[in-house]
Amino acid sequence: MEKRFVYADNSATTAISKPVLDAMMPYLTECYGNPSSVYSKGREAKAALEDARAKVAAALGAKPNEIYFTSCGSEADNWAIKGAAMAGAKKGKKHIITTNFEHHAALHSFQAMEKQGFEVTYLPVDSEGLISPEQVKEAIRPDTALVSIMYVNNEIGTILPIPEIGKICREAKVLFHTDAVQAIGNVAVNVVEQNIDMLSLAGHKIHAPKGVGVLYIRNGVGIETFMDGGAQERSKRAGTENLASIVGLGKAIEIASADIDAKNEKKRAIRDKIIDTVLERVPRCRLNGSREKRLAGSLNMSFEGIEGESLLLMLDMKGICASSGSACTSGSLDPSHVLLAIGLPHEIAHGSLRLSFSDDNTMEDADYIIESLIPIIERLRAMSPVWEKIMAEENN
Amino acid sequence: MLYSDKVLDHFSSPRNVGEIPDANGVGEVGNAVCGDIMKMYLKIENGVIEDVKFKTFGCGAAIATSSMATELIKGKTVEEALKLTNQAVVTALDGLPPAKIHCSVLAEQAVRSALSDYYRRQGIDPEPIVGKIEEPEHDCESCGSCDH
Repeated sequence: MEKRFVYADNSATTAISKPVLDAMMPYLTECYGNPSSVYSKGREAKAALEDARAKVAAALGAKPNEIYFTSCGSEADNWAIKGAAMAGAKKGKKHIITTNFEHHAALHSFQAMEKQGFEVTYLPVDSEGLISPEQVKEAIRPDTALVSIMYVNNEIGTILPIPEIGKICREAKVLFHTDAVQAIGNVAVNVVEQNIDMLSLAGHKIHAPKGVGVLYIRNGVGIETFMDGGAQERSKRAGTENLASIVGLGKAIEIASADIDAKNEKKRAIRDKIIDTVLERVPRCRLNGSREKRLAGSLNMSFEGIEGESLLLMLDMKGICASSGSACTSGSLDPSHVLLAIGLPHEIAHGSLRLSFSDDNTMEDADYIIESLIPIIERLRAMSPVWEKIMAEENN
Repeated sequence: MLYSDKVLDHFSSPRNVGEIPDANGVGEVGNAVCGDIMKMYLKIENGVIEDVKFKTFGCGAAIATSSMATELIKGKTVEEALKLTNQAVVTALDGLPPAKIHCSVLAEQAVRSALSDYYRRQGIDPEPIVGKIEEPEHDCESCGSCDH
């Protein structure tokens, strides 16, 4: 089998696409004006900024003046969670609700608020990696300031019932934020129909550059300002705009939001071929998270008796870029909090693999991954004392 | 996570992987909960380590440090093997990332655990010679590498 390069870590980040780069180039070269300046160079920058804002609004079903550009998805999560909590506290509401398998940008924001005296309810996800709307309904109290639940889990790719949760929060008159970083371009998002008050997204997950994100804040929702300074972003988020990246994000979200169903069909075929073949050919492995309610282009599997980093290094030697849980946790030796949350024992959570696809992946990639992965698992198991024990127990 | 070329070499082509059926010293350290287990087999004759093999469940550094530790003690006397330190393993691998130093500690312990077993089989109390080997469950609490 000829060696290939396969990028299968699109939940970590994506390549900047050609149309996005082309759209950005003028704003990295001749159109260098500050959007806040009055002269023509500033005005053309301002026009590009507002055009990007309109594109993001259109993709979300929002109004342009509800879109605030940020430096990344993490900033959007921090702003939404901390800003809403602080605003709630002014009205005597000091209870906030989330889940136990959020991205660390949200989870650590909640923990920070907990230290400041807020009471946090961490809804436990079930073994399928899902939350029920009823769980949210039961957790809401008169003093609840905010519910924040991710749209799609970044590690296992499960899709949460956000429209149903949004409806419950709206009826209870509780603010609802969703981290939709992994959902944009994969799931049809509409903030009005789905009763979403705030939504975070990041450019680099949809073929725009790193360093640009968005917080959607529904008109009428008042949250505390996160970044003080100039009058940019309607005085709610100061700082001279990262214009080229914002223009890139505008182009990227326009492309990502078109033909979602057709693009998902292609990614689903790649995903399912890998899941089905590996489950059939590899003993003692499992798919993590619901089989049905999952992202078309994402899978997470655990293999007993092996450790994830070794697996990733060997895949890398075959030219395959993959991830073990979230790349953000690679500095830590702890197994993924998401896999522990769905009930995996530590020793199995250590041996997990996430593969995530974009429109650029092909069925040839799927075949190459399968034919590389299976011998690697066999090789690592052959040198694993844990696998030796599992086999000894099986033979007894 | 930046590994040296030597670490990657020992990871991708580990030396002395496997088992020794007639080993006279076998040790196992680590804990699957923490994500690292090393098992080491020694064949000692006339006080010399004639053969050594290992099996490891763990990250790239765990496999590389196991491999390097076996290389460093193969053909050496028991006394020389007792002097193996985790630092010697790290140096021989041209360094390890800070978060992975504990793997070299585990590799040193795996050697000591196998040597302890060797002494025990001879009816000799290994503790005065080899020192105390941390039990796997104590390892987990003392390594400080994670939150559980």
